[in-house]
Amino acid sequence: MSFQRTQEKLKILADAAKYDVSCSSSGSKRANTNKGLGDATGMGICHSYTEDGRCVSLLKILLTNHCIFDCAYCVTRKSNDVKRAAFKVQEVVDLTINFYRRNYIEGLFLSSGIFKSADYTMERLVAVAKKLRQEENFNGYIHLKSIPGASDELMREAGLYADRLSVNIEIPTEAGLKKLAPDKKREDFIKPMVKVKNEIIQYNAEKKIIKSTPKFAPAGQSTQMIIGASGENDFQIMQTSNHFYKNYNLKRVYYSGYVPISYDSRLPQIGSEVPMLRENRLYQTDWLMRFYGFDVSEILNEKHQNLDLDVDPKLSWALRNLHEFPVDVNTADQRMLARIPGLGMKSVFKIINARRFRKLNWEHLKKIGVALNRAQYFMVCESNQFEKRDLTPEKIKGFILQNSTSKYQKTLSNQLNLFG
Amino acid sequence: MTAKNLIYDGTFDGFLSAVFYVFEHKLKTVTIQNEFTVQQGLFSENETIHTNEAKANRVWKGIKSKLSSQGSYQLYYAFLSEQSGVEDLLLDYIQYTFSQYHKVDKDYSHPSILKIAQIAKSVGREKHRMEAFVRFRLTKDDIYFANIEPDFNVLPLIEKHFKRRYADQKWVIYDIKRNYGMFYDLKNVEVMQMDFPDNFDFTKTNDAFFATQEFEFQKLWQDYFKATNIESRKNMKLHIRHIPKRYWKYLSEKQPI
Repeated sequence: MSFQRTQEKLKILADAAKYDVSCSSSGSKRANTNKGLGDATGMGICHSYTEDGRCVSLLKILLTNHCIFDCAYCVTRKSNDVKRAAFKVQEVVDLTINFYRRNYIEGLFLSSGIFKSADYTMERLVAVAKKLRQEENFNGYIHLKSIPGASDELMREAGLYADRLSVNIEIPTEAGLKKLAPDKKREDFIKPMVKVKNEIIQYNAEKKIIKSTPKFAPAGQSTQMIIGASGENDFQIMQTSNHFYKNYNLKRVYYSGYVPISYDSRLPQIGSEVPMLRENRLYQTDWLMRFYGFDVSEILNEKHQNLDLDVDPKLSWALRNLHEFPVDVNTADQRMLARIPGLGMKSVFKIINARRFRKLNWEHLKKIGVALNRAQYFMVCESNQFEKRDLTPEKIKGFILQNSTSKYQKTLSNQLNLFG
Repeated sequence: MTAKNLIYDGTFDGFLSAVFYVFEHKLKTVTIQNEFTVQQGLFSENETIHTNEAKANRVWKGIKSKLSSQGSYQLYYAFLSEQSGVEDLLLDYIQYTFSQYHKVDKDYSHPSILKIAQIAKSVGREKHRMEAFVRFRLTKDDIYFANIEPDFNVLPLIEKHFKRRYADQKWVIYDIKRNYGMFYDLKNVEVMQMDFPDNFDFTKTNDAFFATQEFEFQKLWQDYFKATNIESRKNMKLHIRHIPKRYWKYLSEKQPI
């Protein structure tokens, strides 16, 4: 391995891969076998964090940034004037193994620009994973990108070596895709996704009968959407997201605030701000759907097409549904506890356990870690002190905003000036 | 009855032997202290506890039968925190456990239970951080060496993780704060102590000890770390919350090039 060549390629191809958000390294069940290298059974580990605060868990690189497509939102698009490079299969294998041995990473996340054809590209990705598994006896985590339009046979082979497969739909609506990436079709993204979904279902069924069935993408598949590039509202985005969770059994949908990288007039201009707060609100909504028992239509619907930026989506829902409150924390069921603003699932489980021993009062709740500044308006406990005034949603929101400082203060300052 | 101050040798078995002593002598006002951090009480009488494995095992078995598995590991985690006064908190926890018929480790409205759960959580977090922040460096004798300086004594907790993961390479993880380490020789993990040269700088990779290719991979890793950052999303506050500055000195990606 020539150090300088590799160094140069690594800089280019890591830089080009960084807009892919996924860094998850959890959820696999690949144990170390025959005293090999690596183990992907436990929870994910973030080995470092970049200065933008994102986790570094996998060696995230492109195999090449040569690409035959010209998608407006993409930094490696054909028409963009950037340095191009391509790794050899062995180079990626060496980097992965040596980084892994030093405990820098949990594994490899390999994506690629599309050169020649979808199948040709996918074949190379699979070759890297195969080499790692078969020649290096590597049991760490491997995340491969499914190349839109790749054949079913290649997708099947990919699933045998990879822990996770993902294909990014990038633009939440078909109309947006048509505008920004005219040479790509939604079906091409869907096809590999369907194949992987079916293989996983088949694997789960076969494993019950034959225990030694080789694993197929044990950490499932995921996708990613760009936020704020093509004018969709939050309702449309979460509808799409919900559709993919429900119909393709996705493990995760990632939301990536668009970082302006081009002067294309169809897109936000360079220098405009990355919509990080909006991205955060979308993730909160995603969590409410997956872990808190909310249906997406409760949070976003025809009437409420966009999430509030100044309060979190759960609080916003609660303010619209004051008739459901106050909730008595000593008797309410898990579903309702999870709906109280300021209560996370950890607190919910602590409350359910703790209230078996004695009735809980404000002091207990505070110590358990409930965010009372928000929660106090929505619950009662073993105390005669509780919110007795008949407050309007606006009043409650005002009180809460007055008594809290948002880490997004700067972004919000326009709105806050109204009160100041 | 005068107040007693039980002094044990700092081991978990020693602590459990002290607990045994408390129950055996039905002591009411008692504190338990590590022999390295003893503070003389004004009105208490010191008693040195001899570690007795059989007694310790009896106490541990009893504790385990009265707690969920989560409860007993929290107890052990909290012990490894080495925080001053944690022994008394643990004793209170154990006494409360034995005084009740039902399992009480989920009684988060009881002060000692909640406190122990919180301490155990910090120790767990430190364990997880060490699993993430250990940086192995390849030495000239083909051993992957890492030094750590954790807030809590988490080395016993991370041994299994590294043994399972790096089954085909020799490695050493050395806690320079507590001056002991673990060495994996491709078969077993052994506890060991090492003497380092007086001027040994743990933050530097010295070419007298480390393999030549080690420098290249550190450089590649630093390049990768820089290239994968998105400048327009820079958020140092979040960055530092994830990697507090006290961990930076042994992270290769944080070293000046």
